[in-house]
Amino acid sequence: MIAALFGPRLAAIIVKELWAVLRDPRARISLILPPLIQLVVFGYASTLEVKHVTIGVLDRDGGQWSHEIIQRLAGSPNVKRIIRLDSDAALTRAVETQQVVAALRFDSHFSADVSAGRGAVLGTVFDGRKSNAAQIVSGYIDRIVAGVAADIHTARAPPPQGGAIVATWFNPNLDYVFFTIPSLVVVISLVSATSVVSQSVAREKELGTYDQLMVSPFRVWEILAGKMVPPVLLGVANATVYLVVNPLVFHVPFTGSVVLFYVSLVVFLLSVSGIGLLISVVANTQQQAFLGMFALTVPVFLLSGYAAPVDNMPAFLKICAEADPAKHFLIVTEGLFLKGMPAVDVFANTWPMAVITLVTIGAASALFRSRLE
Amino acid sequence: MGQPAPDIPPADIPPAGMTVADCAVASVQGLTKRFAGQPAPALDAVSMAIVPGRMTGLVGPDGAGKTTLIRILAGLIDPDAGQARVFGRPATDTDRSMIGYMPQRFGLYEDLTVMENLRLYADLRGLAPADRAASFDRLLDFTDLRRFTARLAGNLSGGMKQKLGLACAMVRAPRLLLLDEPGVGVDPVSRRELWQMVKDLATDGIGVLWSTAYLDEAEKCDSVTLLNEGRVLYDGPPQALTDRVRDRVVRVAVPGAGRRVTLQHALDDPAILDGTVQGDALRLMVAADAPVPSAAALGLAPGSLIEPARPRFEDAFIDLLGGGPSGTSQLAQNYRQIPESDAPAIVADRLTRRFGEFTAADHVSFTVPRGQIFGLLGPNGAGKSTTFKMLCGLLTPSEGTGAVAGFDLRRAKADARQSLGYMAQKFSLYGDLSVRQNLNFFAGTYGLRGAAARDAIDRAIAVFHLDRYLNANSGTMPLGFKQRLALACAVLHQPPVLFLDEPTSGVDPLVRREFWTHINGMVEKGVTVLVTTHFMDEAEYCDRATLIYRARQIATGTPDELKALAGKSDATMEDAFIALIEASDMQREAA
Repeated sequence: MIAALFGPRLAAIIVKELWAVLRDPRARISLILPPLIQLVVFGYASTLEVKHVTIGVLDRDGGQWSHEIIQRLAGSPNVKRIIRLDSDAALTRAVETQQVVAALRFDSHFSADVSAGRGAVLGTVFDGRKSNAAQIVSGYIDRIVAGVAADIHTARAPPPQGGAIVATWFNPNLDYVFFTIPSLVVVISLVSATSVVSQSVAREKELGTYDQLMVSPFRVWEILAGKMVPPVLLGVANATVYLVVNPLVFHVPFTGSVVLFYVSLVVFLLSVSGIGLLISVVANTQQQAFLGMFALTVPVFLLSGYAAPVDNMPAFLKICAEADPAKHFLIVTEGLFLKGMPAVDVFANTWPMAVITLVTIGAASALFRSRLE
Repeated sequence: MGQPAPDIPPADIPPAGMTVADCAVASVQGLTKRFAGQPAPALDAVSMAIVPGRMTGLVGPDGAGKTTLIRILAGLIDPDAGQARVFGRPATDTDRSMIGYMPQRFGLYEDLTVMENLRLYADLRGLAPADRAASFDRLLDFTDLRRFTARLAGNLSGGMKQKLGLACAMVRAPRLLLLDEPGVGVDPVSRRELWQMVKDLATDGIGVLWSTAYLDEAEKCDSVTLLNEGRVLYDGPPQALTDRVRDRVVRVAVPGAGRRVTLQHALDDPAILDGTVQGDALRLMVAADAPVPSAAALGLAPGSLIEPARPRFEDAFIDLLGGGPSGTSQLAQNYRQIPESDAPAIVADRLTRRFGEFTAADHVSFTVPRGQIFGLLGPNGAGKSTTFKMLCGLLTPSEGTGAVAGFDLRRAKADARQSLGYMAQKFSLYGDLSVRQNLNFFAGTYGLRGAAARDAIDRAIAVFHLDRYLNANSGTMPLGFKQRLALACAVLHQPPVLFLDEPTSGVDPLVRREFWTHINGMVEKGVTVLVTTHFMDEAEYCDRATLIYRARQIATGTPDELKALAGKSDATMEDAFIALIEASDMQREAA
């Protein structure tokens, strides 16, 4: 059937490449394991929220307002536990031993000051070793204390005029999985496609089948086309699994067109397969190919805008990011998941990937030819 | 043990009241070893002994169990059953500093110099600093490596690497020397030198085990253990085995072009166990109770010369295995007739390939007419592989042109490749794919589809007896079957030209005979064959051959013409090879 579609030569090499991936135990593992690990790591561990924190409290005051603040902290979904501390020494120890990420210290006259309207001071200590978490927890505490202060004011005086009312579009609850799951689709497709394709030519060189292939009447484009099919199929399969698992487990809405998603996905997979092929043609052994792939996927991932917004990068890195297919595909997946991105915008972000595909595959085939000399 | 041959020095005959095992420096008894995942044991109840002062040969095709036996003797692996004793103690619990072990793929550090390798081994073997100078002196003289002490081991030729490997195994004068295929990758000249060196050591009273897949080396040993598929087929002096086939080997002169057809007819006769081409003659071995055939029975003109020939170890090996395959190749019978043509099938015209400063092949020229076998001979690294690769399109020539089946190598690469079948030196099919998947792939590769592909594959399975491995990963098959599959894949599309790079390297003589039966049969159908081989007796099958040495062709001609150049009347191809190389060396030094 495949033979009727592509002609016997192309069909033969496509079938061979698929078998080569499916029958090699190492390649099989690399198909199943990374997507699973990434599902767990990205779905649950990779988050910029700070949840499950433990906060220490040294309450010298024991009055109404210190009690109120502590109750509200304990009630916060982000706080796992409040530890009561009984002395300054205990507070120091709790922070030093990393028992708590932050500690609150209420002076003995805290409630009295609040009641008298004198302006009470709340001491807070953060663990600077965890600067990111400390900053975020500091934000939580600020908000809770401000809430208490607002309540005190409402109780005493008319409500203040003005102030911002925040509404977050596309992700009303600022739920972090809304961001990670679309990115995960990008990362999984990127890693599974490049890991398969980068091994493909290198494996033939290492096992000695390369010469046999070169002596066969294949044209270079047929060999490269054959090598591109398994990573594309595999990437499509992995992305499909995620599309199916997402509504069952993570409940991130998919608001755009599924057809557009697959079109863009295939172009993305072709472009990263081109990069993988380039590595594979240069490498002489599978080990070199593996290292090469690792060295390249990390920057591709970092420049994609997942880890840090592209807008915050220095100018020259912004230019590099334009050459990163993951950057464009990340915009498309986020758009299609959360924003119902229209076709025009999808294509606006897909054609750069098509250009990257042409460049990488062109370079890979030129290198492939020159290696033949 | 067989009877000691008369030419073994009396000192090697055990003194009265002692058996060979008593004076053996090492011996194994009922040794059996299985490896997980392998259906057959690597060693099956093997017993043999190594006696000091003699060359003990461990002979057998690849996969026979030679390396396993050596590794057990070196104390590196444990047997499943039986025992291995070295210096009177179990091999795993003996004084290993007295064992010199040279593994198959040179146990050398390629990024260290010759001297650094020696020093490293001296450290590893715990040679006292005071003894080093004397030991290194002796070894450098003995291996003639003194001029190269500063050279990186990786930059030595194959022969020099083996000599250095031997020197490293000898830094502390051992009592037992275990050499795992020291002759592999070494040209005949260096092989002879290496042999002589080790022979001298044996004479000094060291126990030497020399393992080899070259059966001609077995003949020179004092005692031989012949292994096949893990079992001992013969243990004793080689002469006693060769005597089995005494008076049963004849040389038949076949003038003209008919020798392949005559050989086929002869081998179809069940009374003729084995036969090979020897230039313009055939070498035949008749069954034990059969008479020597007459010229008429062989279809030759009356009065054709049939004379007795000296039996060889390989003849006896084949006799032990029950004789070679019959002469008719099923593969060839089903092969299409390649149309007659006066145009040469392969043309090499001043083919030159340079890598930077280094010239790997220098103006190599020859033409091969349709329906002939042409041999590329030469030591490793001499340029024969480079020439071969240029002709099959793997390397682009720096200069010169070539054509295969009328297609220019530069302009019509894909067409040229479609008309050739290629079999690589190393197994180079897809080891993770099953036999059937490999066959399917190669059928598709050459554009076969539908019924044509199915027929070609079914024929290949039948001819090469691949049915029982069809769904097995091809990489797990025994070597002989891998080579059969490689040939099957190369000829699925019935190409007019076949390129065979060391097609019979490492396989047992029966598989070699089978291959040559197929090759001869296909040539009779008009197929043209370009072959490289390091088995000099196989070069005899060629219609013509060229000897490449130091990137240049130093001689081209029929096997008989080349042998005549050696200057001796009954010269072998190996004699010719060595004589021609030495003459070339002398000429170059004089210039």
